[in-house]
Amino acid sequence: MATLIIDGQEVHAEEGQTVLEVARANGFEIPTLCYHPQLEPYGACRLCIVEVIRRGRSRLETSCTYPARDGLVIKTKSPPVIEARAVILGLLLSRCPNVPVIQELALEYGITEPPFPVEDPEEKCILCGLCVRTCHELVKADVLNFSQRGIERRVGPPFLEKTRQCIGCGACTIVCPTGAIEIVLEQAGIYKEKPLGPTAAIWVPSLQAVPRVPVIDTDACIRFRQNDRTEGEIADACGVCQMVCEAGAINFDQQDEVVEVDVGTVIVATGFQMWDPAQLSQYSYGKSPNIITGMEFEHLSNAGGITSGEILLADGRKPEQVAIIHCVGSRDHNAHEYCSRICCMYSLKQAHLVRDKTDAAVYEFYMDMRAFGKGYEEFYERVQEEGVVMIRGRGAEVEVLPDGKLRVKGEDANLGRLVYVDVDMVVLSTAIEAPHDANQVAALFGLSRSVDGFFAEAHPKMRPVETNTGGVFLAGAAQAPKDVPDTVAHAGAAASMALALMDQGEVTISPAVAVVDEELCSGCKTCISLCPYTAISFIEEDNVARVNEALCKGCGTCVAACPAGAIEALHFTDEQIVAQIEGVLAWV
Amino acid sequence: MGVDFEPRIVAFMCNWCTYAAADTAGVSRMQQPPNVLPIRVMCSGRVSPEMVLRTFRAGADGVLVMGCHIGDCHYNSGNHRTAKRIPLLRNLLSYAGINPDRLRLAWVSSAEAPRFVEVTNEFIKTIRALGPLSQGVTE
Ligand SMILES: Cc1cc2nc3c(=O)[nH]c(=O)nc-3n(C[C@H](O)[C@H](O)[C@H](O)COP(=O)(O)OP(=O)(O)OC[C@H]3O[C@@H](n4cnc5c(N)ncnc54)[C@H](O)[C@@H]3O)c2cc1C
Ligand code: SF4
Ligand code: FES
Ligand code: FES
Repeated sequence: MATLIIDGQEVHAEEGQTVLEVARANGFEIPTLCYHPQLEPYGACRLCIVEVIRRGRSRLETSCTYPARDGLVIKTKSPPVIEARAVILGLLLSRCPNVPVIQELALEYGITEPPFPVEDPEEKCILCGLCVRTCHELVKADVLNFSQRGIERRVGPPFLEKTRQCIGCGACTIVCPTGAIEIVLEQAGIYKEKPLGPTAAIWVPSLQAVPRVPVIDTDACIRFRQNDRTEGEIADACGVCQMVCEAGAINFDQQDEVVEVDVGTVIVATGFQMWDPAQLSQYSYGKSPNIITGMEFEHLSNAGGITSGEILLADGRKPEQVAIIHCVGSRDHNAHEYCSRICCMYSLKQAHLVRDKTDAAVYEFYMDMRAFGKGYEEFYERVQEEGVVMIRGRGAEVEVLPDGKLRVKGEDANLGRLVYVDVDMVVLSTAIEAPHDANQVAALFGLSRSVDGFFAEAHPKMRPVETNTGGVFLAGAAQAPKDVPDTVAHAGAAASMALALMDQGEVTISPAVAVVDEELCSGCKTCISLCPYTAISFIEEDNVARVNEALCKGCGTCVAACPAGAIEALHFTDEQIVAQIEGVLAWV
Repeated sequence: MGVDFEPRIVAFMCNWCTYAAADTAGVSRMQQPPNVLPIRVMCSGRVSPEMVLRTFRAGADGVLVMGCHIGDCHYNSGNHRTAKRIPLLRNLLSYAGINPDRLRLAWVSSAEAPRFVEVTNEFIKTIRALGPLSQGVTE
C-alpha cells in the first residue's frame, strides 16, 4: 500500500489506483470532464491537473492518469494548479462558448467570457473521447473514433456517415459531458409497443415489489444485443452494471429455469388482465398518444415512472383539461356485462392525483358511482370538493380533433341532453378481465369459470375461497374483480384455509367411493383403463379388480361400465338411484 | 295424445356442472315447468345405459343426461365416456321400441343457468310433441 500526502493530509492508496481516484476517495475535489470510472483514463481535457511533488521536483500532471505512488506529495489547489486550470477552461470556453457545464466551470475560475476568438459558437465537442472509449471499450461496437489531426481533429463514425455498425444504444449520448451527441430516431424505438416502458435496460419493474430486485431487459441491454447481433462473437460488451454492483449480484449467465416443487395445497392468485379498449372504436384508443388507459395513467403518475411521476402529455406539456371515462368495456353488452368494481375508485384516485399534481380541470363521465368500501364515499366527497366536474352519463365517444385536442361526447343524464368537452388528455377506465390463459390454468387445476370468465368459487356465499378441487384455493382478482383491501382479505382467508389443511397433516376423503364386489368381478379389466385417477388395479393372483379408496374420487364411471355389475359407487348405488327415479316418477 | 299431457322427464345431472346450473337457475328464480325431475350423480359418466333403460321402464317419457362440457369434467375424462355411451344407446333405443329423440345428452356448465332452462324447456317441447311413452307399444 502506498502512502501519499494530499493537500497536507496523509492518505493511503491501493495498488493500481490513480492520484485522482485516491483524492476523490478521500473527499478532495478535482474537476474532470473526460474521466469516467468505468473507462480507461485518457488525459484529454487536462482539467484534473494537480501539482505533483516527487523527489523535491514539482510538476503539473493530469491526476486521472498519474499512478498513486508511495511518497508523492500532491497539491490540488496550489496557485500554479488554479492558474493552469483557468487557462485550460479559457481555451475550452473559447472552443465551446455555449456549453453550460463549461460555462459553469469557467465561472468557478472567474472566467465569464471566452478569452480567445470563438470560431464556431455552436461547437459542443471538446474531443474528450469519452464517447469513443465507451463505444470501443464498453459497447464494443467501434463506431465512433477520432479522424483528422490538429485543429481538424473530430469525432464521428467512419467518413462521418451513418453506419449499420451503430446499434443505437445511446451510450455515447449519456457519457458525453457537453451534450454534443444527439440520437436521431429513424425507426421506432425498441419500446414502440411499450411507450411507458423502462427508461434503462436494467430496471426495477415494480418499486413496491418484495424483494425489490432489478431485472435486465435483454431486448435493450447492450451486452445481450451485441451478443445476439454478432452471434456470440462479442459476448462481453458493456457490463457496466456488473462493474458498479458492489454486491456482485449481476450474473449474465442466469437463465430462466423450470423448478418443480411437490406441494399439498395450491392457491391460485393469477389476478386479472386489462381489457383492450381498441376493441371498441368509439374510444379512439391508439389514435392519439394522449388517450391512455387507467393502467397507463398509473405508470405515468408513478414516481418511479418515465416522467418521475409528473402528469404530462406526450409532447411534454402539462395537460390543461383531463377527461376520465368510467365503465369503458364494463357494463356494456358489446364488451363485458359485469361491473369491474375497482375502476370507480381508481378513477376518483386518478382525478385527485391530476388535481393535486397539475392545475388541469378534470371531467369525470360516470354512469353510477360505486364507492362501496370503507371510507370510499368520504373520498368521493373530497374529490368533488377538489373541483372535479362530475358528469353523470356514459362518455360515449372520443374524437381526435385536427389540432390534436380530444373531444369527449356523452350524455349528461342529469341535464337530459348531450354534452361534449374538449380536453388534452383522456383516461379510459378500462375493464379488467380474466387473464387470456385462464382456460389453461382452469384445466390444470380442475377449476370452473363463472360466466364472467373469472374462476368459480365452491359456493358464492359460504365457500368464497375454496374450489371444487380439494386443496386448491382462490385468492384475489382471480376469483372476481377486487381492490387491494378485498384482495388482501380474500388472500388471507385462502392462506389460512391452506394452512389448516396442511396442519391437519391428513385429509378426509369423501365416503362416496367405488367398491368392487370380488364375488361378481369376472376379471375382464374393462374398468381399469376407464378410471381417470388410475385408482383401480388388477390383482393377478385373485383375478379381480380392486379400488384404492385413497385415490378414488367417486365419479362412478367404472360403475356404469362394469358388464358384471360388480362395482358399486357407495352412496350412489344403482339401487339408491333407481329408488330415487321410481320415487320422483311416482310423485307426478 | 291429449293437450293436457304433462311429460315426465328424468334428468341426470352431474354434481359439479349441471346440478349447480340447475341450482343457480332456481336461486335466480328463472321460470321453468315442473316436468323435469332431477337425479344427481357425481359425474355424467356414472349414468349407465342400463340405468337409462330402467328409467324408461319406470315410466319416464324422456331422459336427459347432462354434464360438464368436454374438457371441464371434474374427473377430467368421465364425460368422455358419456359422450360415447349416450349416442350409442340412442342408436339402440329403437330396438327397444323407444324413439331415440326421447333421450338427449347436453353439456351445461355451472355458469350456464340460462342454458339449463333453455335446454330443458326445449326437451319438454320435444317430448310433449312425441306424446307419452306408452308401455309395451313400439314407436
Ligand atoms: C389502473 C388500476 C388502478 C388501481 N388502483 C387501485 C388502488 O388505488 N387501490 C386499490 O385498492 N386497488 C387498485 N386497483 C386494483 C388492484 O390492482 C387489484 O386489487 C390487485 O392488483 C389484485 O391483486 P391480485 O394479486 O389478485 O391480482 P394481480 O395484481 O393481477 O396479480 C396476479 C399476478 O399473477 C401473475 N400470474 C398470472 N397468471 C399467472 C400464471 N399462469 N402463472 C404464474 N403467475 C401468473 C401475474 O403476472 C400477476 O403478477 C387498481 C387496478 C387498476 C387496473
Ligand atoms: S366500478 Fe364504476 S367504472 Fe368500473 S365498471 Fe363498475 S360502475 Fe363502471
Ligand atoms: S479528467 Fe483527467 S484529463 Fe480529463
Ligand atoms: S363431473 Fe360433470 S360430467 Fe363429469
